[in-house]
Amino acid sequence: MAQITVDRTLCDNHGQCAIAAPKVFSMNDEGILEYAETFDDALLDEVEEAIDVCPVQAIFLKD
Amino acid sequence: MVQRIIVAGASLGGLRAAEQLRVAGWTGEILVIGEEEHPPYNRPPLSKDVLAAPGTPEEALAKLAFRPRRSATGIQWRLGTRITASNLAARTITLDGGEVLGFDGLVIATGLRPARVAAPGPQAGRHLLRSIDDALALHEALRPGTRVGVIGSGFIGCESAATAALLGCSVTLVEGRTGPMERPLGRALSAGVRDMLTQRGVDCRQAVSVVAYRGAESCTGVELSDGGVIDVDVVVEAVGSRANVEWLQGNGLDLVDGVECDSHLRVLGEDGQPVPGLVAVGDIARYPDDRNGLPARRVEHWATPTDTAKIAAPALVAGLVGRPPAEATAPLPSFWTDIFGTRINGVGSPASAEETRILEGDPGRLHAGVAVGYYRGDTLIGVVDAGLPASKHLHYRQLVLDAGALVTI
Repeated sequence: MAQITVDRTLCDNHGQCAIAAPKVFSMNDEGILEYAETFDDALLDEVEEAIDVCPVQAIFLKD
Repeated sequence: MVQRIIVAGASLGGLRAAEQLRVAGWTGEILVIGEEEHPPYNRPPLSKDVLAAPGTPEEALAKLAFRPRRSATGIQWRLGTRITASNLAARTITLDGGEVLGFDGLVIATGLRPARVAAPGPQAGRHLLRSIDDALALHEALRPGTRVGVIGSGFIGCESAATAALLGCSVTLVEGRTGPMERPLGRALSAGVRDMLTQRGVDCRQAVSVVAYRGAESCTGVELSDGGVIDVDVVVEAVGSRANVEWLQGNGLDLVDGVECDSHLRVLGEDGQPVPGLVAVGDIARYPDDRNGLPARRVEHWATPTDTAKIAAPALVAGLVGRPPAEATAPLPSFWTDIFGTRINGVGSPASAEETRILEGDPGRLHAGVAVGYYRGDTLIGVVDAGLPASKHLHYRQLVLDAGALVTI
């Protein structure tokens, strides 16, 4: 399993992560990010894409 | 001998290209060469948060710096170095110090520079907004009560006008031929953006351009095409950009507006065929609009370097080992802007629309929530939404995807 954290002080709820990795990130009806901190390694490529497309670079992959 | 790919350009496009070359399995050398002294950093905040409150230069840079992917190992960087010429037949580039470097593959990611207003008058006091140094210099000039003339009403013009107004400056926006963000947004939403700017005290001058600058040493006034004159302390020129292609001249490439590419971002030669070992990434690349069956165009959005690097890098690596490029999905362009706290999101190709239809809300009241659809015939090719939650944006994005066929290249 891999782990991420989103810095909520940076996150601006653009929603680009939810497009790149919808199994890990989603936007609720108020437009606020919800995400899984732990996810299967098979989703790592998608999550790396989500990190790339975050306009504020708020997603951090944990060691 | 170890093979080498040179990535020309060390901004977001250069970084993403280098990362994606490793993702594509390239184990040879990667050398990224960039003119700016700074490692790659994020530019959109330069007209917004960073222009409003940059902190020290070190703080601003720390806040904006990109974190390269962990898998992007063994990448060499040469910053503060300009490429002055290239010889694609000999597979060499020339640096500003005269050094000549050879390559097996070359990624063209030298991007754009701001265009200047072609008007006579003093040079001092005329700012641009492209680099972190530009933003820091402009921030220093913006004080409460400072009279600011912003020339041009695209994204950067509107955003910097809004930020200057928030800082208490007295702002005049010289719109130019088209209204605020009119090309990407269309006329109805553009009028809504103008209303937002006007309500916050920005003096929007419609359908006028700059004839001349006034002032002895520094710019103190702007003469407009309608005969009007605005008194200014500071000018911001935001009148579009020019592709940094000069170093590619003399190789028979089509450099009329950026670098002409095929759908895999492979650069096309005089014979219309891809030049071996050569791709372009980012807003310098002019590539076909396969989703809409429209001719090649450059796409000047933040997502473009990342989108194009993911196609160009594997195509380059495939070419260098003698394979055809793998099938890929044509990118779906997207953009956003923030004006006085209202998020505006775009997806698809609104600028290529023949017709617009309101999907929800009132384009005159962006902050209250609005979405506009952009059509060619009956096909939805783009949506712009404003003042809506991101969940709504995802919904409209899906409508655009569903309206078009899945386009593989």
